[in-house]
Amino acid sequence: MPFDAANLFPILPEIAILVTASVVLVLDLYLKEKDKDINHTLTLIGLLVAIGLTGAVGGGDARVVFDGNVVRDGLTDLLRGAILVVSLLAFVYARPWLKDRGLFVGEFYVLGLFAILGMLIMVSANSFLTIYLGLELQALSLYALVAFDRDSKKGAEAAMKYFVLGALGSGMLLYGVSMIYGATGSIEFGPVAQAVAEQGMDNKVLVFGVVFLVIGVGFKFGAVPFHMWVPDIYEGAPTPAVLLLGSAPKIAAFALAIRMLVDGLEAIQPDWQGMLLILAVLSMGLGNLVAIAQTNIKRMLAYSTISHVGFIFLGLLAGSAQGYASAMFYAIVYAVMSTGAFGILLILSRKGFDAENLDDLKGLNDRDSWYAAMMALVMFSMAGVPPTVGFMAKLLVLESVVRIDLVWLALVAVAFSIIGAFYYLRVVKVIYFDKPDPDMPVLTTSGGVRFAMSLNGLSLLALGLFPATLLSWCQSVFV
Amino acid sequence: MIALSDYLILAAGLFMLAVAGIFLNRKNVILLLMCIELMLLAVNMNFVAFSHFLGDMTGQVFVFFILTVAAAEAAIGLAILVVVFRSQQTINVEDLDSLKG
Repeated sequence: MPFDAANLFPILPEIAILVTASVVLVLDLYLKEKDKDINHTLTLIGLLVAIGLTGAVGGGDARVVFDGNVVRDGLTDLLRGAILVVSLLAFVYARPWLKDRGLFVGEFYVLGLFAILGMLIMVSANSFLTIYLGLELQALSLYALVAFDRDSKKGAEAAMKYFVLGALGSGMLLYGVSMIYGATGSIEFGPVAQAVAEQGMDNKVLVFGVVFLVIGVGFKFGAVPFHMWVPDIYEGAPTPAVLLLGSAPKIAAFALAIRMLVDGLEAIQPDWQGMLLILAVLSMGLGNLVAIAQTNIKRMLAYSTISHVGFIFLGLLAGSAQGYASAMFYAIVYAVMSTGAFGILLILSRKGFDAENLDDLKGLNDRDSWYAAMMALVMFSMAGVPPTVGFMAKLLVLESVVRIDLVWLALVAVAFSIIGAFYYLRVVKVIYFDKPDPDMPVLTTSGGVRFAMSLNGLSLLALGLFPATLLSWCQSVFV
Repeated sequence: MIALSDYLILAAGLFMLAVAGIFLNRKNVILLLMCIELMLLAVNMNFVAFSHFLGDMTGQVFVFFILTVAAAEAAIGLAILVVVFRSQQTINVEDLDSLKG
């Protein structure tokens, strides 16, 4: 079969990221220590070009290329854009931290870009093979990023745990995929969906496969009871690595769930609905309750991630177009919020000091009131206080659950998010009502970081006040 | 003639062995890496068996990709192992306990 160059058109953003990563990889060898800023600039340019290309190739009807292995549709466009924008912010925040610690090297950018490439591939996958390769590219880069600070004892341990549990998750997922292949005879989502619709739940091999698939998705999201890796990695990994692996990969994990469960297996939705329901309730419960007991803010945010994953699952399990759209809205909003939270932690860190504990935020308002306001916005948004966007996201997810007559589930979710509000508001209290230690140095940040953080924080408010645009984009994906 | 179910039972056995190994092993991180490898090979067994009995080549192509990824994964795993050993002077699983809460 001759290769058609038109195949390459829908994956131009991926190609842009790949080229950038390769250029940075080679160029870094020839750069002197003082010129390392070129890596940073090139990475940002590459991401901006990829965002531009996403817009250029986006829109219009869905297009399947590469013999059914890759697809470009509304979901691809929107999630690609969200992943690229969030990662762009992450690279901007990470730069001062890396410089202070002598870690400002090309590897960080190369690994980060390859992780982003993996996420983009996951988002545009149309077969189990493509989605698996994207997932592994993302995961392998992130394992290396966690172990990036070679002298950190905690970092090495976190990387080992992440590696073992990540590989276990991939193995489960793959075992599920092999069963589904056996039951349906195909690895493309279209034919799989057809075969599944014909067989229904009668095929035991298929049911077996779905169970393992859901376990794999749970691992990748970090949902209870497959969450053991999340808090350890968040605490042990260097903060820029947490920033990269805590934000955009959640969007990619959402894509993973949508592509496999909805594109491939929607015909047996009642079956995976029950499994997701258990994961969602456990995640919201354990995440919010355990987060209260944490004094390490990175660990607290890890448990908060787990609880947010529960909310994303609520939208997914609703099984309606409205539910998927609200879960997508939630995933994108969550990625923006978590970028903001970890960005503030990076801003508060300085040479020889990492902001890790709640006490490190003490009196942030007296030290820099603008950053204090941004952090407060992020925390209010995570807690779901109107008029921030976190409220809209929670409201939409709950609405979709109520619409399928699971009112008790919505009540459980509301109860847990009220419990959760406690530890978010505690952060706000520490920022505004506690006095800073007198020997704290003045907070100095570059204009770029300040601009990015302002954009990040204010976007939470703006999206909360005017959610219609993003929401209509999300809804237009699932019609 | 060996039936499809025999292959599936063997693969399931290998897979369970691997998962049990990951959870029960408390001594050596290298064993964890071997268990992960075994898990992926069990999946490969599944794919090849299905591919043969369905008369469809896709499964065998998938296996090639899994083998490649498994090699890359082992490389990363061993690299992380070296970092762990450098910083802790041990690869005992029980000693990896500085992160909890």
